[in-house]
Amino acid sequence: MKNALALFGALVKGILITARHFFTNLWFHFLRLIGLRRYRPGAVTIQYPEVVRPLPTRYRAAHRLMTRPDGKPRCVACLLCATVCPSECIIVEAAEDPDPEIQKTAARFEIDLTRCCFCGFCVEACPEDAIRMDTGKIDLACQRREQLTLTLRDRS
Amino acid sequence: MSETLVLLIKIVVALGWFLVLALFLTWVERKQSAVMQDRIGANRAKIFGLRLFGLFQPFADAIKMMFKEDFVPAFGDKALHTMAPFVSFFFVAVTVAVIPFGPTVRIGGGDVALQVYDGSAGLLYLLAMLSLGVYGILLSGWSSRNRWGLIGGMRGAAQLVSYEIALGLSLIGLIMLYPSLRLSDIVSAQGGLLWGILPRWGVFLQPLGFVVFFVAAIAETKRVPFDLPEGESEIIGFCAEYGGLKWGLFMLTDFMEIIVVAAVAATLFFGGWQVPGLASDGVHWPWGGHWPMASWVVVLLQVLAFQVKVAFFCWLQILIRWTYPRIRYDQLMDLGWKGLIPLGVLNILATGLVASLIR
Repeated sequence: MKNALALFGALVKGILITARHFFTNLWFHFLRLIGLRRYRPGAVTIQYPEVVRPLPTRYRAAHRLMTRPDGKPRCVACLLCATVCPSECIIVEAAEDPDPEIQKTAARFEIDLTRCCFCGFCVEACPEDAIRMDTGKIDLACQRREQLTLTLRDRS
Repeated sequence: MSETLVLLIKIVVALGWFLVLALFLTWVERKQSAVMQDRIGANRAKIFGLRLFGLFQPFADAIKMMFKEDFVPAFGDKALHTMAPFVSFFFVAVTVAVIPFGPTVRIGGGDVALQVYDGSAGLLYLLAMLSLGVYGILLSGWSSRNRWGLIGGMRGAAQLVSYEIALGLSLIGLIMLYPSLRLSDIVSAQGGLLWGILPRWGVFLQPLGFVVFFVAAIAETKRVPFDLPEGESEIIGFCAEYGGLKWGLFMLTDFMEIIVVAAVAATLFFGGWQVPGLASDGVHWPWGGHWPMASWVVVLLQVLAFQVKVAFFCWLQILIRWTYPRIRYDQLMDLGWKGLIPLGVLNILATGLVASLIR
């Protein structure tokens, strides 16, 4: 009997907590709607596509290929990124660079984002600082698989 | 002819009220749970750029469900599988007939009760229709030829039959006090004041009866603290093999059951359309004053009071659904057979004792 009463008390306590949340949040939603107290929202939700949270400065998002001052990619096709990549999603094919100062250039450079785990090892490994992951692109969803392959065209 | 017309209008209005309220209760449930959990909830559905707090969400859901596949499992019984949601829906939909929305009004020289069917056994009819709803669950579990569906249906049948007894017992004390099964009589008996202060509502005469009734009724709606028949989040239930509009009909039935429970709780225990101090000729203040009102204003206020009570109980049920975790099956049976039924019997004995002593 005592146990049952304690249980009932706990039930009432629980529902008072949720009811208090309900009325507090509803009150602040109402105040916000009529234009008062804008600094205290009724919910912690971030309305994502309209409101975007600022990303941390070192956030690893989709890659970009850096370029030299003349617009050519910085990549020298050393294959360090392709070697270090744990997902094996980087394909680099080397070619001779017309510039005698530069040994090689990338004829084909592809990153398959469907396999990429965004670990950032390729950025760390690159001796030429040719790959960076600072685009801030995190909404990568798209309709076709091919659109998730970054190539030499996707450079900054 | 005119009587038939009035009856038809009443049926259409009552059913329309019922279905529209059930439709928007899906929105209320999503928004209320969101506000309770510091979220915002469904607010993306819009028509011509008009969002209105996601009030169009029920229509978006309905359109989505219409375009889904009407699936019947192989070896399933197609006829029964199709019939089951309609059985569930029908037996809940007809209960609205005996709910009194307001007092009898005089329109064009005739008395019109704001109630579709004022049967002398209205309460029994209500309980009977609510119990018949169990066939929908059993049929859906049986006809889908899915063993988990069948087990879920059996669980549902056992739960509903168990709690039906507690539901019936909790109401007997009330019937002893207002010796009538006619719902309009029960509501009329709840007008006036008790000992000059409290409104003469069933909840003040039968507090224990109300608690037992409300718990049993929530179990009858088979929603979260008692959602073992369906258990959508973990255990598989009777509507595992349903999709699209048929599943939507089951969901709509659930929300209609919430409204029925809210309306019955308001009618039996909270005075129905009665407002304390509001008589047919205006407001009588408890300190003796009188504020006369036109009779149509009084009727409007009383109908509105009933809507407010129904809305409150819908709110309370959704609050309960989003607060408590699901109980285990043995706990469910313990609560029903060892908790609510003895309490119901105790309530009957206590009511009989007190009533005979006072008389």
